[in-house]
Amino acid sequence: MSEVISMQQITRDYRMGDVVVRALRGIDLTVASGEFLAIMGASGSGKSTLMNIVGCLDQPTSGQYRLDGIDVNALTRNEYADIRNGKIGFVFQGYNLLPRTTALENVELPLVYDRGNRIAKPRQRAIDALALVGLEDRLHHEPSQLSGGQQQRVAIARALVNQPTMILADEPTGNLDTRATIDVLSVFQELNEQGITVLLVTHEPENAHYAKRIVQLRDGLIVRDQPVTNRRNARRDLAALPTENEEADLSEAAAGKDGR
Amino acid sequence: MRWKKLLKVAVRSIMKNRMRSLLTSLGIIIGVAAVIVMVAVGQGSQARIESQINALGANMIIVFPARSFHGGVRGSAGSFNRMTLDDAEKIAEEATMISAVSPVVRSGGQVIGGDNNWNTSIEGVQPSYLQIRDWDLASGEFFTDRDVRERAKVAVLGKTVADSLFPGQDPVGAKIRVRNTPFEVIGILAEKGQNAMGQNQDDIIMAPSTTVLYRLKGRENIDMIVASAASADWMSAAQEELTELLREAHGIQEGEDDDFIIRNQAEIIEAASETSRIMTLLLGSIAGVSLIVGGIGIMNIMLVSVTERTREIGIRLAIGARGSDVLAQFLTEAVVLSLVGGLVGILVAGGATFILNEFTEIVAVINPLIVFLAVAFSGGVGVFFGFYPARKAAALNPIDALHYE
Repeated sequence: MSEVISMQQITRDYRMGDVVVRALRGIDLTVASGEFLAIMGASGSGKSTLMNIVGCLDQPTSGQYRLDGIDVNALTRNEYADIRNGKIGFVFQGYNLLPRTTALENVELPLVYDRGNRIAKPRQRAIDALALVGLEDRLHHEPSQLSGGQQQRVAIARALVNQPTMILADEPTGNLDTRATIDVLSVFQELNEQGITVLLVTHEPENAHYAKRIVQLRDGLIVRDQPVTNRRNARRDLAALPTENEEADLSEAAAGKDGR
Repeated sequence: MRWKKLLKVAVRSIMKNRMRSLLTSLGIIIGVAAVIVMVAVGQGSQARIESQINALGANMIIVFPARSFHGGVRGSAGSFNRMTLDDAEKIAEEATMISAVSPVVRSGGQVIGGDNNWNTSIEGVQPSYLQIRDWDLASGEFFTDRDVRERAKVAVLGKTVADSLFPGQDPVGAKIRVRNTPFEVIGILAEKGQNAMGQNQDDIIMAPSTTVLYRLKGRENIDMIVASAASADWMSAAQEELTELLREAHGIQEGEDDDFIIRNQAEIIEAASETSRIMTLLLGSIAGVSLIVGGIGIMNIMLVSVTERTREIGIRLAIGARGSDVLAQFLTEAVVLSLVGGLVGILVAGGATFILNEFTEIVAVINPLIVFLAVAFSGGVGVFFGFYPARKAAALNPIDALHYE
């Protein structure tokens, strides 16, 4: 299997006035194609910084980074933009969909910047991507008309519409309830089963167990990197959750004790 | 293809903020409409002045005596007058590009007629003068070449003079006296109104040139010669011909200056319309300022829009838009806003000039060139004032933009 990510001694320093904050202190990381990696760590551990560098949104202070075999250490702004467009699909915590823009148009967005015209039929490709996340009947809904889980599915469809080498998901379930969280994770698992490399940043240990490999960060260093032993299956967990009707009954019953 | 996409994105985001877009464009709409209407009004009055001057006569060429210049001392205009009736005659006989010519001898003074008296000017001319000035008779007849030869004491009155001396009567056949010289009134001139300088052209008496020259003035020199070029295209050639003829008549050697000055209608029009041209320019520039103010409005809204849509810009940058894509997007938006404003402005201007022309005294003439310029300028305003906000958007850091709240 080819290496999607190959990082050697990646550091990233931020200068804040006179103080230099060392967000990353030397990361060595290799991710092969088809992996499902969970990056864990408390806030301040450097996981967002690492994510930004992996996603070519930010550049390391020092170290070597090869993405899908390409040396991405010293590129121009435009070249980074093209790498992001061609090789990476982003999923953010806050969905980051364009407001007052339909799901289909949101998903089509990366294809607007598809310079090489890699994707032959952008409209059809966007519809397919939405179908892949189970939203084929929500093509013309705007984000405000969709639930949080559905919005995140639209964001995932947007991330995979350009057929990226990997999908980067930064706390994608941070704003979602339990059901929607597992729902979204099940989408990632399905995509991974189809061979797409997934990097999932999360601070919830539970969520990390849906991945195949966990990388733990602390103070800008990888302190743990091991495969998931007791991997969970999101679809099975979803089926095990009480249905919405049952939930409603439960919450009614609990209403007296628990104010929520 | 890329332009289509850009245009689509721009139009969509403009339509998302209809009210704001409309108000933003309003600055440009008003600016463009103001420029077009102001210039139209200015050019309307210019055209009116020109038509008034054209009423002076068709293709008119005027010859004045030059000022004297002896030993470094310049005399006043006409102080070196060697122009005579013979000059006019020579032109009439020899010039090929002149259709009519007449000397003009000016005099003036108290005129007594009926029970009244009136101070007016008297022009000694020849019958061809009417044709040159494009003037008609209201009643009676004009004097003939024979009257000119015989120095006949006949006069044709302008409307104002006729009304003043003979109110409510027909003066034809009546006697008037100019400085003790009796004249018989044989005709009345049609009303001509004011000239471009505001002078009443009807306050005049015309008499044969010879009569005025010898009986009233007792001099040899005439005040000017007026002539009509046979065609408007021949104006300059006719002027050259006149110059040659007069130099020959006055025996002027090669290298010596003319002792006369030739002016044509076009030059007089130019001088008169210079004023209204300056007015047009002034009105246009004031309106142009409002166009610039409109542009600043667009810049202001674009800056707000960039700030407001920082997240959107962050998303676009993150998913692979280049800085130039974002720049083009916002620039297109600004240009579309201002261009649409410009086009609507043209419609508004069209309506406004229609109303001016139909319901007021003001004459407005829309100049297609100004319309084109105004639209081009409004597009330029979009580019100019849209560029700074667009560049600001393009230069955003995607990480910061994504986390912008």
